[in-house]
Amino acid sequence: MAGSGSAHLRNGGDIVIRVENLTVEFPAKGGNVVHAVSGISFDVRRGETLGLVGESGCGKSTTGKALLQLPAPTGGSVQLDGEELTQLSRTEMIARRTDIQMIFQDPISSLNPRRTIGKIVAEPLDVWGPTASDEQWALVASILDAVGIDPESAKYRRPHEYSGGQCQRISIARALVMEPKVIICDEPVSALDVSVQAQILNMLEDLKAKYGLTLVFIAHDLAVVKNISDRVAVMYLGKMCEISDSDDLYATPAHPYTQLLMDSHPEPNPEAVIDEMVVLGGEIPSPIFPPSGCRFRTRCEFADELCAHEEPQMSMISDGHYVACHHPLVEPVS
Amino acid sequence: MTHHQYRAQGLAGNERRKLHCSHHRKPDNGGTRVEVWQIKGGVVSSSAASDSHALLSVRDLRTHFDVGGDAVKAVDGVSFDVHEGKALGIVGESGCGKTVLSRSIMGITTASNASTSGSVKYSGTELVGKGKRELRKFWGEEMAMVFQDPMTSLNPVVRIGRQLTEHLRAHKDLSKSEANDLAVQLLTWVRIPEPKERLSNFPHQMSGGMRQRVCIAIALACSPNLLFADEPTTALDVTVQHQILNLLAQQQQERQMGMVLVTHDLGVVATRTDDIAVMYAGKIVEKASTSALFSGMRHPYTQSLFWSIPKTSEPKHTRLSAIVGRPPNLAALPSGCSFADRCPYVQPICREVEPQLQTIDSHSFACHLPVGSSDAEAALSANISAGLPQSEGAATRREAHQGTFT
Repeated sequence: MAGSGSAHLRNGGDIVIRVENLTVEFPAKGGNVVHAVSGISFDVRRGETLGLVGESGCGKSTTGKALLQLPAPTGGSVQLDGEELTQLSRTEMIARRTDIQMIFQDPISSLNPRRTIGKIVAEPLDVWGPTASDEQWALVASILDAVGIDPESAKYRRPHEYSGGQCQRISIARALVMEPKVIICDEPVSALDVSVQAQILNMLEDLKAKYGLTLVFIAHDLAVVKNISDRVAVMYLGKMCEISDSDDLYATPAHPYTQLLMDSHPEPNPEAVIDEMVVLGGEIPSPIFPPSGCRFRTRCEFADELCAHEEPQMSMISDGHYVACHHPLVEPVS
Repeated sequence: MTHHQYRAQGLAGNERRKLHCSHHRKPDNGGTRVEVWQIKGGVVSSSAASDSHALLSVRDLRTHFDVGGDAVKAVDGVSFDVHEGKALGIVGESGCGKTVLSRSIMGITTASNASTSGSVKYSGTELVGKGKRELRKFWGEEMAMVFQDPMTSLNPVVRIGRQLTEHLRAHKDLSKSEANDLAVQLLTWVRIPEPKERLSNFPHQMSGGMRQRVCIAIALACSPNLLFADEPTTALDVTVQHQILNLLAQQQQERQMGMVLVTHDLGVVATRTDDIAVMYAGKIVEKASTSALFSGMRHPYTQSLFWSIPKTSEPKHTRLSAIVGRPPNLAALPSGCSFADRCPYVQPICREVEPQLQTIDSHSFACHLPVGSSDAEAALSANISAGLPQSEGAATRREAHQGTFT
């Protein structure tokens, strides 16, 4: 896009999450408004992993949190299994959140350092049950075991006794204990070493199959997103640029921004060609005063008058591959 | 601004360099002496004879931290050379000692429980054992460093302009307006738009990428001959990472600087270094030219590290080959090879005898059963039939790469 439209939304009964025209704005100094997310739409099927990728400040984390109504979006609709979440009261929403859990970027700071692992993982159960301590522990132990943490030694240990990768496993266990339908993973591996990252990514794939999960996977690393996702949505400055099956997206990127991201990605291959042009790529503009028309036009080599005046709409490139651009790298089907 | 644009403004590379070289001091150059260094254990490393032309020559460097009576061996017998105009990549996971290594070479390991031994020669001058006052002559003008986190390496309450020129004024006795002009110049080099206006900014008014550019400008201000970049792009977005790495590579080539690029990401070093050294548990386990390393990894750790990286060239849901287990405790290293517990090729000899760095065709590796050798193939099939835990994903990769080293 950075454009709008909902041509890429799918129909069918197996849609778990359907987001339409989601808008999140925050007040800024001097009566201005931060346009964090401006009218994005997407859907996720049951058992599918949707990757959200983009630079920092593109609104991908805000989108993830808006699904949980944290905070409630300024506008648009978020449906979970057909139920409109934006219309729910506070208490109703608290109950619904058990179905959507979240894993955060920094595994160490997302665990309370003063509590034991047993308590941390069992805490959601204190609210939603079972509350009997032996039942709780049986459940917690089975989930800790599933994420590769030894339950007996973990019960009375605290987060500082574990490495970053293990803490991320514990965070995942805490999310799983509620038996959620959807887990939103907000940069879950970007703070980890590559070898640990590989362990966590493999584990997420296993857990997804075992517990029948649907994942929304937010990350800035294109290779990580491609590896884990069935579909990938590229975001830029609060808008969606392109959405496609992940193999298809990486084979034939249609949006100039997707191409820029791919050219920037450091492939571990000494023969890779370094594109010096990317130096000119510049930086992401302020979301307080986003550019008119296509928001990417200030950094786009193809930008012209049309891009400044008219916002591009999502149009189909091939089956399941949609792009919002006036000058896509692949011609859309008209 | 593009390269060509600032060329057009009359800032050709050599002129820019001249600007700062007027007071340039060189330490006594021991270039005529040829010294021979033996690595511990009697094995002569590839560069055991210290190269008299090397800009930086590190031999058997050890930095140990005394923690409650135990020695944490963060750097344990590391040797390498960096030549003028060449870039060396140092790669390893967190805790492998790569940051301590670069800090030990600079002489900025400040911890009171740290002890450094071995030799670091900069243009022939020994740096290990020198006091802070003497080292100060080298910092900035001879060797400089760019740190990982641009948020914390700038002072949040001092304007950018002053931070850029503080050390220049200390070194070179510049007036305020001269320093100001120089600061503008520096920001132009690192391609910050509207440099004049930026001088009065505080760090929080700039983005992460901008701040890292400022840090690079500070490091380049005195035209050092050697630049250490310690994970310079880890905190940044891919697009910004690409820009910063291009900037570093371009400055390094124009100034014919030596550069040491420390990172955990094999992708970052793949296209931007001449040589790569892979570290594990405080030691260099493999060292080769970048093309030789990628075309034939010999150490199982390098191979495992490479295989655990997701690649955009592979289809979605490709099983990653995670490395089994965790890095060893640096205070209680196992006898023998420290990678033995995680190695798919491990044999009894690996747990008894520590492998020494051996060199074949200027490719060094410390392994009893180097990848690609017939011994390694035999060891692997023996381990698989004995049921030793193997990383899933590795097997499929091994099949796919049958006949090649990587």
